[in-house]
Amino acid sequence: MAQRASTASKESAQVIKDLHERMVRIRLFETEAGKLMEAGKLPGFLHLYVGQEAVAAGVMAALRDDDQITSTHRGHGHAVAKGVGFREMYAELYGRATGACLGRGGSMHINDVTRGMLGANGIVGAGVPIAVGAAFAARYKGEDSVAVTFFGDGATNIGAFHEGANMAAILGLPVVFVCENNGYAEFTPQSKHMLITDVAERAAAYGMPSVIVDGMDAVAVHRAAAEAVDRARSGEGPMMIEAKTYRYFDHQGVKGLRHPYRSDEEVAEWKARDPIDLLEARAVADGTATRAELDDAWQRTRDEIAEAIAYAEASPLPDTADLLLNVYSG
Amino acid sequence: MTTLTETQAVAPNRTARKLSYVKAFNEGLAQAMREDENVFVAGEDVAGYGGVFRMFDNLLDEFGPRRMIDTPISEAALVGLGVGAAARGLRPVVDLMFMDFIGVCLDQIVNQAAKMKYMFGGSVSVPLTITTASGAGLGAAAQHSQSLEAWLAHVPGLKVVMPCDAYTAKGLTVSAIRDDNPVVVMLNKVLLGSTCEVPEEIYGIPLGQAHIARQGSDVTVIALGRMVGEALAAADELATEGVEVEVIDPRTVQPLDTETMFASVRRTNRVLVVHEAVTFGGLGAEIAAQIQDTVFDHLDAPVLRIGAPFSPVPFSPVLEKAYVPDRARIVQGCRRLLERS
Ligand SMILES: Cc1ncc(C[n+]2csc(CCOP(=O)(O)OP(=O)(O)O)c2C)c(N)n1
Repeated sequence: MAQRASTASKESAQVIKDLHERMVRIRLFETEAGKLMEAGKLPGFLHLYVGQEAVAAGVMAALRDDDQITSTHRGHGHAVAKGVGFREMYAELYGRATGACLGRGGSMHINDVTRGMLGANGIVGAGVPIAVGAAFAARYKGEDSVAVTFFGDGATNIGAFHEGANMAAILGLPVVFVCENNGYAEFTPQSKHMLITDVAERAAAYGMPSVIVDGMDAVAVHRAAAEAVDRARSGEGPMMIEAKTYRYFDHQGVKGLRHPYRSDEEVAEWKARDPIDLLEARAVADGTATRAELDDAWQRTRDEIAEAIAYAEASPLPDTADLLLNVYSG
Repeated sequence: MTTLTETQAVAPNRTARKLSYVKAFNEGLAQAMREDENVFVAGEDVAGYGGVFRMFDNLLDEFGPRRMIDTPISEAALVGLGVGAAARGLRPVVDLMFMDFIGVCLDQIVNQAAKMKYMFGGSVSVPLTITTASGAGLGAAAQHSQSLEAWLAHVPGLKVVMPCDAYTAKGLTVSAIRDDNPVVVMLNKVLLGSTCEVPEEIYGIPLGQAHIARQGSDVTVIALGRMVGEALAAADELATEGVEVEVIDPRTVQPLDTETMFASVRRTNRVLVVHEAVTFGGLGAEIAAQIQDTVFDHLDAPVLRIGAPFSPVPFSPVLEKAYVPDRARIVQGCRRLLERS
């Protein structure tokens, strides 16, 4: 059975500020991207991560730069928290030559191998076995990096998840499985796509320990992640973390609900436990950060984002003469 | 100028009523469900939400949760469900949302659905319909924009249809559901909102019959799916210069109606094949080979193919536009063919 994570006692001021900064960066990146989408400036799809920031921040704060992650169609938050730059991310959303995928990938394929970000992914569940492979490579090369794979509740219904989990378990690989359970797969509530309440139970089928955390509490996520990452790094094999969280916006885009598939009350209840508000309130109460310090993080990030969007808009479009660029290596 | 062919002789004439591609699909599906109690629909977000492309709007209201089933994100299980249910006499319609997702359930399609009848010595049929949306043009990038008809058309036992407009979408969908074989219905994402005249009654368009979408005497353009519209636009442009282009819409790419193509080549002596999929290994190669096998002596120029470059579909709109074949490239292709005499 999955264990429930204990609630946090006092973390160091440094950890709190780190978690806060990562969450603010995601929130602002996402809300600005949403506005650009609304304004008709961005092509393609945009799956916003707002609401789930505590998960990416909590996990990434427990990782080293050389640790690897695989992400999902909802991947901006993971990328931002892993340290991918705003400039190349916005430029990619705009389809510019300076983007993270040179304009070839768009929102769903942002990656940065120099930061261990092995890509957002348009195919649900596909990142799971890839993380297993990255972990395999680390062990093979005698390195002590770990791999973390992020996936949704819906993704755990797909074969790649189960095959990847079993493979990681029997090979004893340093993989951390992070399920961001936001309660929905597109427009289908969890209760209609699986009969269990806790996705973490699925780990037991593969002999993998698991833990359930409050995905709105960055500190709780961070503690669970630190433990799972330590285990993996020290050779004790994979572990699964299920973070109960919520996305504020629609499955795709900012609005455009055709049928209400969740109530306004439900959305409001989750927003009342906003992960950034929670952390800020705790930090100020604990004295780990001052209001001015927190405000400063927002302002610095706003400035950086404005600059990155300007950079993206001024960036050149890809050259159609290079249509075949990177289809093959060498 | 559209001609009436024998395919329309079995289908009602077009009426003044216009319907969008996606609504025509929806109407055909609903009518096929009314016609046969064994038809049911399963897929991700098809029932409660009506499908992410609105393909299944309102069907839950009429047919209820017994026949409109929302499934988990489990495409292999979804297609397998269809195969097993079909083998037991139902007529499942399973939806794969984006065609690209067949990657995760290809075994069930290729090794199971397609071969079951053959391997079982003919003792079962698999009247399974797989619906999905293909095609680029929406900035959906490399994993949500592909046209993979060549993968499927290569597999004995499968049928594949590619409707080019609302009228065809309805008729081919009805025929796919009535057919006793696994049929993949490749709807095109860019066409979803496009409208044309669509009869209100139920009708099927025979699988394996091409349609001459426009008659002409100078060049034959064989165009798949969305490229039919581009080819007709190219034909309009060339008509202003006195070049008469014949446009053939195969409608079904497996089985492929080569006879209609051969007959056209005998009249025009020049052929261009155009599809959205990458040119290499695409159906253009198959069509060109069959034409040269059979009507080589009627050709005044080598068969020309137009398709996408050998690359995944790019995201950036400028690249995507350069990637997908269009009217201008078809006009150019026709001119090249005409320059050779
Ligand atoms: C193999 C595959 N099937 C279906 C889809 C379409 N799709 C994209 S996101 C999604 C829902 C994913 O739900 P979940 O894993 O819970 O992640 P969330 O969107 O909640 O973050 C679906 C069905 C896809 N991209 N890939």
